[in-house]
Amino acid sequence: MSLLRHVTAPLIANNPVTLQILGICSALAVTTSLATALTMSIALTAVLCASAAIISAIRNHIPASIRLIVQITIVAALVVVIDEFLKAYAFEISGRLSIFVGLIVTNCLVLGRAEGFAMHNPVLPSVLDGLGNGLGYSLILLVVGAIRELLGAGTLFGQSVLRTTAEGGWFEPLGLMALAPSAFIILGLLVWAIRSWWTVQNEAPDFALRTAPEAPRQ
Amino acid sequence: MASPIAAWRRFLARPNGDRVKTLGIAFLVAFCAALLVSTASVLLKPRQQAHIEAARQAQLDRMLDTLPGLRDLMLEAGVDALQTRLVNLETGSFATGIDPATFDPRAAAQDPATSIDLPPEADIAGLKRRATLAPVYLLESDGELKVIVLPVEGAGYQSTIRAYLALEADLNTIAALTIYEQGDTPGLGARITEPAWAALWPGKQIADETGEVVISVVRGQATTPYEVDGIAGATRTSNGVHNMLRFWLGPYGYGPFLETLKAEGL
Repeated sequence: MSLLRHVTAPLIANNPVTLQILGICSALAVTTSLATALTMSIALTAVLCASAAIISAIRNHIPASIRLIVQITIVAALVVVIDEFLKAYAFEISGRLSIFVGLIVTNCLVLGRAEGFAMHNPVLPSVLDGLGNGLGYSLILLVVGAIRELLGAGTLFGQSVLRTTAEGGWFEPLGLMALAPSAFIILGLLVWAIRSWWTVQNEAPDFALRTAPEAPRQ
Repeated sequence: MASPIAAWRRFLARPNGDRVKTLGIAFLVAFCAALLVSTASVLLKPRQQAHIEAARQAQLDRMLDTLPGLRDLMLEAGVDALQTRLVNLETGSFATGIDPATFDPRAAAQDPATSIDLPPEADIAGLKRRATLAPVYLLESDGELKVIVLPVEGAGYQSTIRAYLALEADLNTIAALTIYEQGDTPGLGARITEPAWAALWPGKQIADETGEVVISVVRGQATTPYEVDGIAGATRTSNGVHNMLRFWLGPYGYGPFLETLKAEGL
């Protein structure tokens, strides 16, 4: 039961994207449609689980002085393999994801879990932790992707949901949703909504607001 | 002589700060990663190649659709695809005796028996080797050439750019240029694949009155019919396309073939 906590905690309570604000770059870039968001989510979750398993398995033999480079080498190898698989089995989507699958290597989330969790825990909890964080990331990506695709093109997974004016319907697609800034706005609203609900996630302000003494009037 | 298993145990038992262990782990991790990556790459290559081939064919079809009136011409001529013919780039004439359907240009460019080493000063497109034969795609009606499509390739910024150059019947006016394979920076160099950039090419002239090849990709605004705007922020990709065209329209490319074709017709 306590093992299951590793999977459920990062879903919302300790979500890597909305609480730790990690992996934002790819969350902006690949969420223009649900299909790309889903592919990216699967790729990242697979890399997270596999890298957690490998790194945790050899954690006692990784010299501290080269541990980061060893972790990155393992992550990078896995990412290249995933990228090759996508090119072979999902050619069209891999073209739309362009460099963002490759950039999983530099995703703070992957290295963060490797360094923060897998280096100090046995294989099973590490894999579950990777799975949980991958699913937490996927959840946010899919929510943002669904909102952007629905409002930006009136479709979900390419299937027409809201009939656009171009097809003779009533819905006028929001051009903003196709652009990266809209992901920032949606993500910001999500963070706000979650933190209003779970007030425990609110951080103490780094600086207290201070009211400036009024300037003396002449 | 200790058994390998015992030696392995002794290696693992060394303290993690130990220099031998550090180097050994670094080597082992790098070796396993390299093995994994190359295995995946080799095993999946045929599948990926098939996708690229299908995408190339689709791109050629799309390009044909953009050429005004071409589909009507094809309908008139009663064909649904362009004719593929092999050209001998050395002699500048059509090659006979080889079935174009079985000809693999990429394999031919690697095989010393079917390709030549390019002298460095002529190799402006960065190809190093070039196959002796090259496929061209053409449409004729009543023995008269209507359009010809030449496959070209050259080094871009960080990838090889492969494209189709379609010429009109005068063999000097560009009907279309479409890039079907490249791996330059997305958002910068990769913009050569965008329709907006492809739309700059139709109507441009390859050679001036004296017959010299002058087509250029220029920085800033194109002013003559021989110039096309480069892409801002992607100078090396733009130069790559420029050099690719100069090479393939020059003496080591299709130059001799186009001369023969102009003089003698099909």
